[in-house]
Amino acid sequence: MRKVYHKIIQIAGNVITVEADNVAYNDLAEVTSARGTSLAQVIRLQDNKVYLQVFAGSRGISTGDEVRFLGYPMKVSSSTDLLGRVFNGAGRPRDMRPEITSDMIEIGGPSVNPAKRIIPRKMIRTGIPMIDLFNTLVESQKLPIFSVAGEPYNQLLARIAMQAEVDVIILGGMGLKYDDYLYFRNVLDEHGALSRSVLFIHTAADPIVECLLVPDMCLAVAEKYALEKKRVLVLLTDMTNFADAMKEIAITMEQIPSNRGYPGDLYSQLASRYEKAVDFDGAGSITILTVTTMPGDDVTHPIPDNTGYITEGQFYLKNGRIEPFGSLSRLKQQVNGKTREDHRAIMDTMIRFYADYKETLEKQSMGFQMSNWDKKLLRYGVAFEKQMMDLSVNIPLEEALDEGWKILAECFDKTETGIKTELVEKFWPK
Amino acid sequence: MLENKKMGRIVGVNGNLLTVEFDTSVTQNEVAYALVGDSRLKCEVIRVRGSRADLQIFESSAGLKVGDNVEFTDALLSVKLGPGLLRQVYDGLQNPLEKLAEKAGFFLKRGLYLDPLDYESAWAFTPTAKVGDKLSASDKIGWVPEGIFQHSIMLPFSFKGVWEITEIASAGTYKLNDTMAKVRNSKGEERIVTMVQEWPVKIPISCYKEKLMPTEPMITQMRTIDTFFPVAKGGTFCTPGPFGAGKTVLQHSLSRNAEADVVIIAACGERAGEVVEILREFPHLEDPRTGKPLIDRSIIICNTSSMPVAAREASVYTAVTLAEYYRQMGLNVLLLADSTSRWAQALREMSGRLEEIPGEEAFPAYLESLIASFYERAGLVVLNDGTRGSVTIGGAVSPAGGNFEEPVTQATLKVVGAFLGLSRERSSARRYPAIHPLESWSHYKSIVEEGEIKRAREILRRGNEINQMMKVVGEEGTHIDDFVIYLKSEFLDFVYLQQNTFDEVDAACSAERQKYVFRHVVGVLNDEFRFDDKDAARRFFLELRQLFTDWNYSPFNSDKFKQGEEAIAAKIKERLVNA
Repeated sequence: MRKVYHKIIQIAGNVITVEADNVAYNDLAEVTSARGTSLAQVIRLQDNKVYLQVFAGSRGISTGDEVRFLGYPMKVSSSTDLLGRVFNGAGRPRDMRPEITSDMIEIGGPSVNPAKRIIPRKMIRTGIPMIDLFNTLVESQKLPIFSVAGEPYNQLLARIAMQAEVDVIILGGMGLKYDDYLYFRNVLDEHGALSRSVLFIHTAADPIVECLLVPDMCLAVAEKYALEKKRVLVLLTDMTNFADAMKEIAITMEQIPSNRGYPGDLYSQLASRYEKAVDFDGAGSITILTVTTMPGDDVTHPIPDNTGYITEGQFYLKNGRIEPFGSLSRLKQQVNGKTREDHRAIMDTMIRFYADYKETLEKQSMGFQMSNWDKKLLRYGVAFEKQMMDLSVNIPLEEALDEGWKILAECFDKTETGIKTELVEKFWPK
Repeated sequence: MLENKKMGRIVGVNGNLLTVEFDTSVTQNEVAYALVGDSRLKCEVIRVRGSRADLQIFESSAGLKVGDNVEFTDALLSVKLGPGLLRQVYDGLQNPLEKLAEKAGFFLKRGLYLDPLDYESAWAFTPTAKVGDKLSASDKIGWVPEGIFQHSIMLPFSFKGVWEITEIASAGTYKLNDTMAKVRNSKGEERIVTMVQEWPVKIPISCYKEKLMPTEPMITQMRTIDTFFPVAKGGTFCTPGPFGAGKTVLQHSLSRNAEADVVIIAACGERAGEVVEILREFPHLEDPRTGKPLIDRSIIICNTSSMPVAAREASVYTAVTLAEYYRQMGLNVLLLADSTSRWAQALREMSGRLEEIPGEEAFPAYLESLIASFYERAGLVVLNDGTRGSVTIGGAVSPAGGNFEEPVTQATLKVVGAFLGLSRERSSARRYPAIHPLESWSHYKSIVEEGEIKRAREILRRGNEINQMMKVVGEEGTHIDDFVIYLKSEFLDFVYLQQNTFDEVDAACSAERQKYVFRHVVGVLNDEFRFDDKDAARRFFLELRQLFTDWNYSPFNSDKFKQGEEAIAAKIKERLVNA
């Protein structure tokens, strides 16, 4: 039996301090108070003082309460029994079904040896032209949806998940509205995908610290499945809540904040989660799609900014559309050379014209006379937004490419496109 | 056994910072090992206060307890230098990742450190010195072939003063640890020289006669760089840019096409996926200058963002030390560090844990001097035997929010010789490379004539001004002469500044081709054309642009290239005033 400590010498924020010996960094403890029992994790050791972050929060904890160290770090079951189940942020069942304790693995494990990764080369088809054609999603990519509150980001996430051909879907909800949780569950159910999904859901009503564990638990399970040659898709929404929870703990611990109150290791913390996305040499893969809501629609805010430097691009969802500017898939070059020979040319040309169109719009709104060229651009812009950008468009890549040529031919002459002559000769609609 | 070692015990753990109580002497920056279970975790002393030292641990600190033992080593953090470094992929502490994968599988294993060099490998040694020769540090005693190079075996850099050779190995095949020579100094002290030596990473190697002004261009085969913002051999440059502006694509392109002897890529705190591309592609890409795979001239230092933060800080030093080592053999080395901002962030994390008084954006106050001393390790030097070697450093910078006013960018700009600023505006418009033609600068000499560059810059600047003006007064309010200048600047941008890294031909543009094509482009800028209206002018330049684009995509001096040139000449004639 492990020793029980009764002397809590400090309670600040969600962090409590006890005096104890022989405690290992990162290990778990159980804190039993009048409110019940909560897990807590060691986040700092200083001489005989042990700092613990309490998952259920420190509210109601008394200095005389019981702290029992478990002697091991946070673990999660990685059994296949997890499929079809829903858990909370502390890893306990949320669906009234029994707890699973087989195949327990530690969370937050070491990073993959870069020498054991392979270059991702499988396109994930989504049927959304703004993704398939312009910013192709690739298996093992890590990619956030940058958005603001009120946009249909969770719907977009669910849609991509349903269309992607993967073996397992793992959903991590952080500070999720209860309605959104039910939405995800219903969508998975409707598409018959619930039986190959695992859900770790921390809702907005749950204690904030529990939100910190969600990504690690999702990714630890994903890693285990991927090693068993499964292709796993991990959905995490919303990473902004995760970062804010980290900020809260850092401030409580009196760490020196770096930028707008966020801890100096925000980049490393986010990176160690996102970098779990991997295509194993000789096993399965993990693809990570997340949502990052940008406070005040500001992409230079520390959370989206650090995220952008870590992830392999981003989808920028604004006004219900995936914006071509700001959206980027860094891995698209790995796959879009092998789809159809005109893919890259159409992608570059259409975006360039759309940028020109935006400029012309500006000129138009200032009341300038429209030249012939401007008129062509205006016509093009409207067609592009309707036939490509609208999220209701659901067509395979090849059709989208043909559609692209059609729009170009309707609006411009061959020479005006700047596309290599060979391609124009081959694909220009007759 | 343990009694001979200097020991301490852990009294505090805070993330990757350990506080250790000791009762012997400790050295700043010395390496220590935290003993947990049967593994030994590498640490470095970064502060000493009274009887307590603060150590940064190069591994995850999970599972460490107060009271655990720490063993001090007396040695500074060092790398091993010798034949077999090329083609290797190391982590920030010079652990070979391929071998780690063989031992530990998919994941990195905590506390597993392997020899960076293969001591069983055999090398054919040819002596160049003889018994009785008097040598000082870095003088060559012979060489072994390493791929395409003669890898010099040198008197270790740490040997002070003059040493006389008393014995030297004859030509033949040896292993790394075999005695290649015995030397003696004037005090009668005898030492053995093998093929391998050690050097502390944070101290520059300074065994050379003098440092010269970098003047000779380092050809990168990127038109914007070589023509407009050149980089010199032994020079420094930085490429700051917001995310998505193409820093990494630019660095990859440089690592493939730059005309350096050895390229060292330090992937410091960035995505693992990007390193994998290099890892998997370089063995199959041919270096056109040697006909050998690119990997033969490369070393990759890879401490990606999810690997321990403290080792990230070490990784740039490891990289630059390896670069200096190959420079000592008279080679031109290019070091590409992506990204120095992650290194700075590693410093910031540590500084925060040490509770130092923070500077701007919580970066430590010594950030600037550390950045300066890192870039100062670049240079063109004259070695003891009169030959020259160089280290060129190119650092990517990832400024928070894409704002160049932040401390890392500013500290870097103070010390580099060329600034290739990447802009979001250009990358959004898909104008790659997104190096901003008006904001970037370089102190080095271009491969084309001064006058031509000046003319081209003038057009770019005027074109930009006219474009701004057009946004206010509209196209109809702009005079046709001004409008043509604007079209010319756009033309220059499209056919010369922009370059398609993903096209086989356009990706690499040799110096010769740049000079040739640039003359034609400047020709167009100088020509006077006659147009009836703006639409006609726009149409003409669009067509001309198309011809030049096709021209860029045809191999230099091929038939297609010559046909392209004729087509361009014919097109120009249509509208030329004095034709």
